[in-house]
Amino acid sequence: MQSIRQNHLPDALPDFKNLGVISRILLSVNALALLFALARSRELGDFAAKVTEIAGSIEPVLLVVVVVLYAASGALERLVYEQGLVAVLAIVLAATAALFPFQSLIGGSGELRDLAWSLGCAALTTAALAWYFHLRNRAFSPAISEARLQALQARIRPHFLFNSLNAVLSLIRKDPKRAEGALEDLAELFRTVMADNRQLIALRDEISLCRQYLNLEQLRLGERLRVEWRLDPAAEEGLVPPMVLQPLVENAVYHGIEPGAEPGLIEVRIERRKDRLWLQLTNPYHPDYQHRQGNHMALANIRERLQLHFDVEASLNTRIADGRYEIGIAMPYRTSL
Amino acid sequence: MTAMRVVIVDDEQPARNRLRELLEDCRSELPHALAGEAANGVQGLQVVAAAEADVVLVDMHMPEMSGIEFARHLQVLERPPAVIFVTAHDQYAVEAFEVNALDYLTKPVRAARLLTALKKAANGARLSRGVLERIDPAPRRHFSVAERGRVTLLPVSEVVYLRAELKYVTLRARDREHLVEESLTQIEQEFGGVFVRIHRNCLVARRLIRGFEHGVETEGEVGWSVMLEGLDERLPVSRRQWPQVKALGGGK
Repeated sequence: MQSIRQNHLPDALPDFKNLGVISRILLSVNALALLFALARSRELGDFAAKVTEIAGSIEPVLLVVVVVLYAASGALERLVYEQGLVAVLAIVLAATAALFPFQSLIGGSGELRDLAWSLGCAALTTAALAWYFHLRNRAFSPAISEARLQALQARIRPHFLFNSLNAVLSLIRKDPKRAEGALEDLAELFRTVMADNRQLIALRDEISLCRQYLNLEQLRLGERLRVEWRLDPAAEEGLVPPMVLQPLVENAVYHGIEPGAEPGLIEVRIERRKDRLWLQLTNPYHPDYQHRQGNHMALANIRERLQLHFDVEASLNTRIADGRYEIGIAMPYRTSL
Repeated sequence: MTAMRVVIVDDEQPARNRLRELLEDCRSELPHALAGEAANGVQGLQVVAAAEADVVLVDMHMPEMSGIEFARHLQVLERPPAVIFVTAHDQYAVEAFEVNALDYLTKPVRAARLLTALKKAANGARLSRGVLERIDPAPRRHFSVAERGRVTLLPVSEVVYLRAELKYVTLRARDREHLVEESLTQIEQEFGGVFVRIHRNCLVARRLIRGFEHGVETEGEVGWSVMLEGLDERLPVSRRQWPQVKALGGGK
């Protein structure tokens, strides 16, 4: 039993189903192969031949290993870290050995000495990658990534707080009931914003947060603010980083609605397509008001939090089309942590 | 002394309501009359002129025209009202107000602060020249001229050229000419690349340049002149400006 709270994540094998992990494996093994080819060749023409030769022997093994690891990732997860390492090494060596006979087809000698050489290289590469993932794991240890997540916790603009309070004050004498409702919304909104926002939450909760926020803005902006939600009921159970949508809706109001004298429409579309979750938000684009501060901070913040939660499997893109500003987010659809 | 006439300019209805309530609260201490309300700067200019306002409470952030631009246009009036800016949260503007000793209110506005600001305005605190430009150097969307006690707005996009003549600058809009009290140098700086200097005394709208003509005699010199869209007149390009003007080519 551990007596003190560990700052580091216990060592664990990487998630072999994660696209980021898979591409890291593919890239680093190929980079190693290139380096090796470079070291072994004396001139440029020779280099090309060496690359082909090495690729011929490495790629099939690499692909088989990646596929097997993907399939076995569930079973590997249940092992202790050290056992897992041994299992992975065994898979790599087995694949190398199993595919070795085919090497003679493409010019390998098929001799025992060469087999030993291949196995040695495979073992060394595996060890190097294990070391790399170990270091990476440590870099993303809870202490560090939590600190980053905490620093990244989205904040509501003070602009919004003061304007809302002003709007509520304007209601107190004439419409105390509505003022009460507005203050309740405001309180709940800030409870969420100030909460510990490091765990993923259900998309449904994020949506209701956005609705509370928009209620308050409606109070202030009246008919100038129009919102259209297109929600896919199949998506609402999905888990998302908290405050993934609210800052974007706030941006849409700040940059899309407030600068316009005419009523403007904010459109939010949420869809689930198989194991992917798609969020799309559009608002009117006012090129003259782009000097208003604070747009890119919120985007960079959300982008980084998505990356901390989902690595390369999430994306955030923006574009301007038909006079509207558009943000699209894609992330894996998950219902459990 | 007649009661001070106050106008409110804010794009948000609740914010206007709130200011109205607070003014009501201040009335016993400082007699005044609410002389009008407007939801944007363009309306605001009309309301202020019609009401002959003494004080304007103006929100900094409004669509179409910022509070600062609105205040700048007010300055062409013969007797511009005192301006009190109201802002929710704008670190930059607040700092600029402090530096320039300008009165401002933060939302939510407190009655006591409003009263102090109104008293100061009643004592005749007026904006000094150039302060507003320093607070927000962003280009205006309109030029403004005073006509019969009112402010006429001329959209920047409708200006063909500006020419300095003795004391005034003639502003040539699409349909007619106006006189404005501004300097070409300031205009050139404020609007960046929108206007091009073709002569010591002339700026032209860059996007209206359609081509150049040689062989026009001005001031005893034969030189180049510029053709502008929608204008029959040819405007001489000085020898000094010619290299820069030529580099722009004949419009788009």
